[in-house]
Amino acid sequence: MSSETNKILTTDGIPLEESLKKAERKNKIKAFLLVSPLLLFLIITYIFPIGEMFTRSIDDKMITNMLPNTFKSMEKWDGQDMPEEDVFKNFYIDFKNLVEKKEHGKLAQRLNKEKNGFNTILKKLFRQIQRNKIDENGSFKDQITSIHKRFDNVEYWRAIKRTAPPYTMAKYLKGMDLYLDEKGEISQVAEDRRIHRILWLRTLEVAFFVTIFCFLMGYPIAHLLATLPMKYSNLLMICVLLPFWTSLLVRTASWMILLQQQGIVNDFFVMIGLVADDSRPEMMYNKVGTYVAMTQILLPFMVLPLYSVMKTISPSLMRAGKSLGGTPFVAFWKVYFPLTIPGIGAGCLLVFILAIGYYITPALVGGASGTLISNQIAYHMKTTLDWSFASAMGLMLLTGVLVVYWIYNKLVGVDNIKLG
Amino acid sequence: MSNNKEFVKFAKVDKSYDGKVLVVKDLNLDIAEGEFITMLGPSGSGKTTCLMMLAGFETPTNGEIYLDGNPISNIPPHKRGIGMVFQNYALFPHMTVYENLAFPLRVRKISKDEIDKKVDKALSMVSLAGYESRMPGQLSGGQQQRVAVARALVFDPAVVLMDEPLGALDKNLRESMQYEIKHIHESIGVTVVYVTHDQGEALTMSNRIAVFNDGKVQQLSSPDQLYESPVNSFVAKFIGENNTFVGEVVDVSKDKCKVKLNGGGEIFANPISVKSKGEKTTVSLRPERALINPDGKMDNSHKGKIEEVIYHGDHTRVRLNLLGNNEFILKVPNSSANLDIKLGNEINIGWNSTDARALDPK
Repeated sequence: MSSETNKILTTDGIPLEESLKKAERKNKIKAFLLVSPLLLFLIITYIFPIGEMFTRSIDDKMITNMLPNTFKSMEKWDGQDMPEEDVFKNFYIDFKNLVEKKEHGKLAQRLNKEKNGFNTILKKLFRQIQRNKIDENGSFKDQITSIHKRFDNVEYWRAIKRTAPPYTMAKYLKGMDLYLDEKGEISQVAEDRRIHRILWLRTLEVAFFVTIFCFLMGYPIAHLLATLPMKYSNLLMICVLLPFWTSLLVRTASWMILLQQQGIVNDFFVMIGLVADDSRPEMMYNKVGTYVAMTQILLPFMVLPLYSVMKTISPSLMRAGKSLGGTPFVAFWKVYFPLTIPGIGAGCLLVFILAIGYYITPALVGGASGTLISNQIAYHMKTTLDWSFASAMGLMLLTGVLVVYWIYNKLVGVDNIKLG
Repeated sequence: MSNNKEFVKFAKVDKSYDGKVLVVKDLNLDIAEGEFITMLGPSGSGKTTCLMMLAGFETPTNGEIYLDGNPISNIPPHKRGIGMVFQNYALFPHMTVYENLAFPLRVRKISKDEIDKKVDKALSMVSLAGYESRMPGQLSGGQQQRVAVARALVFDPAVVLMDEPLGALDKNLRESMQYEIKHIHESIGVTVVYVTHDQGEALTMSNRIAVFNDGKVQQLSSPDQLYESPVNSFVAKFIGENNTFVGEVVDVSKDKCKVKLNGGGEIFANPISVKSKGEKTTVSLRPERALINPDGKMDNSHKGKIEEVIYHGDHTRVRLNLLGNNEFILKVPNSSANLDIKLGNEINIGWNSTDARALDPK
């Protein structure tokens, strides 16, 4: 039978494939319409904000719009020697415009970030303009350089030129404790100011260990849940889920009550004589607190996928393993454990991804040494109002999660995940 | 073929799960070496519990189980060396067929060459040579079943337990697998303890059958004896088809008794478990032992009215109202002679009193 020559036709003579497509098209449209609200929702609440975050994080248009003429004339300048008269003239025009709009302060702030010292000299220039000291028919170059010696320094003009592109990677570099130096090369910030890298590493470390702890604690619970008779397993399931239904804040607050130095756990240790009353260990406002509280809070995310996978493993498999001569350990390790890997994968991925972006718990019980990168993001969102930096770090976090996912896919295979 | 009559021995075994109800009561059972014995019974009769106790997954509440003379109650399952075929095969889904079969050999630290040899042999025994690298999920139900059988046999266990292994297969496949398992048993001479609730399966395969009900062995005998001479009314009802009459013994001699039926009329029967006048009894008669228009030699002869005629291909099944029992079934071979089998006709039915077994009243 050659399938090429003998095309199967329907009774009406239309090729079968074609009429099948036609018949299925309607269903496809229906299916699409059904998911379209969700699609729309996702676009509005997920794709669009992420796009917005991305543009915000690299956006540097403000200064580009402030000094349009300057940047235009700077295009011809090679950045080696002092710029020509043309650049000075345009800079004067742009700055005067800003002064009229009362926006020169913003410019000074922005340029000062690029290179220290701009604030002072721009203030001087501003005063000269206010007092009409600048002769618009004379040489701008001479007049401006004479205001302050820094205007005669080519470094400052280079700094202005660097701000010309409407986009900048500076926020991302800052997130990794790097910056573009005056030569335009990436270099490290001073050692005592490298805070972000510590936070990133700490976040990874905490997420990693919380995942491990959740796995070590969740695996036996899930196994028990899957194998106990219904009446006990239901009760146990409620015990697992009950914290899940309690507000995150309440749970974190209860950990605070338990873990603080005058808290219940410490009182108990003192009571049984484990520690002296005057040397109660600090279990909160450090990493210990973060570990304990996060492990407890994220435990259900480990238990539930594990449980759903274990539930499908027939108990006769373990029995078969034993009856064939495997010790209970061998039967577990060679038969049961490999079958739970999809659940382990799902649980670990879930816990790790949630832990890497965890915010409230470390903020409340973490103290200085237990806060994570998301607390830093929140700090910039709420306190410094540097949203573009917060966006940049948020996106770096997202990229990190995607990388984890990618590594996971390479190691275990996403097809091997089973969430339920 | 057997040398040890008590290769597996259940001695006074009781089993209770909750401390209130005995699932297995005072079980005494000897299984000879090389025997194919089937535990047959309705669900909840305790047969699977017995198997699980033998395998080591349950411990007897009282009594002891011996394997080749040694008590095994305190030996964990993995040290008993008993092969087991599970109801749903219990093949390891993440291992290939080869790995499944090699599992019991690997845990016994057998050399790689030896494992290859044994796996090859076991697979060709179930005619699945060449399937080594398949995953269980890629096999059909029947093939999975064969792999499970091969896996239970590959490490040469002294006893193989099979827990309703054919339950999930369709009828044709089940029948061919029955023969296959029987042939494997005959060719390697392993002791098999087989659990099923399918009497056909039990009758075809076993050397002996233990009929379980209510935690007790009701009868332990060869398939033909079980069918021909059930010792009580449970066995009679459970095995094969059965016509019953309920009544009271009015006269009894050594090999014949007269029973007055509750529905009126009197019949002669073979006194199996009745001894004296006035006892209640259930008389059991196999449908194929009753004949239409009997000759004078049969000591029971009664008129019955045909209520239903069901065509079964090779035979016709006739339901009659006979002596107040309107569930009386008659199996008539399909031949041209049976012309007057029509709904509503009255016909003469007769049988020998030796075939009508007067059993306990239940």
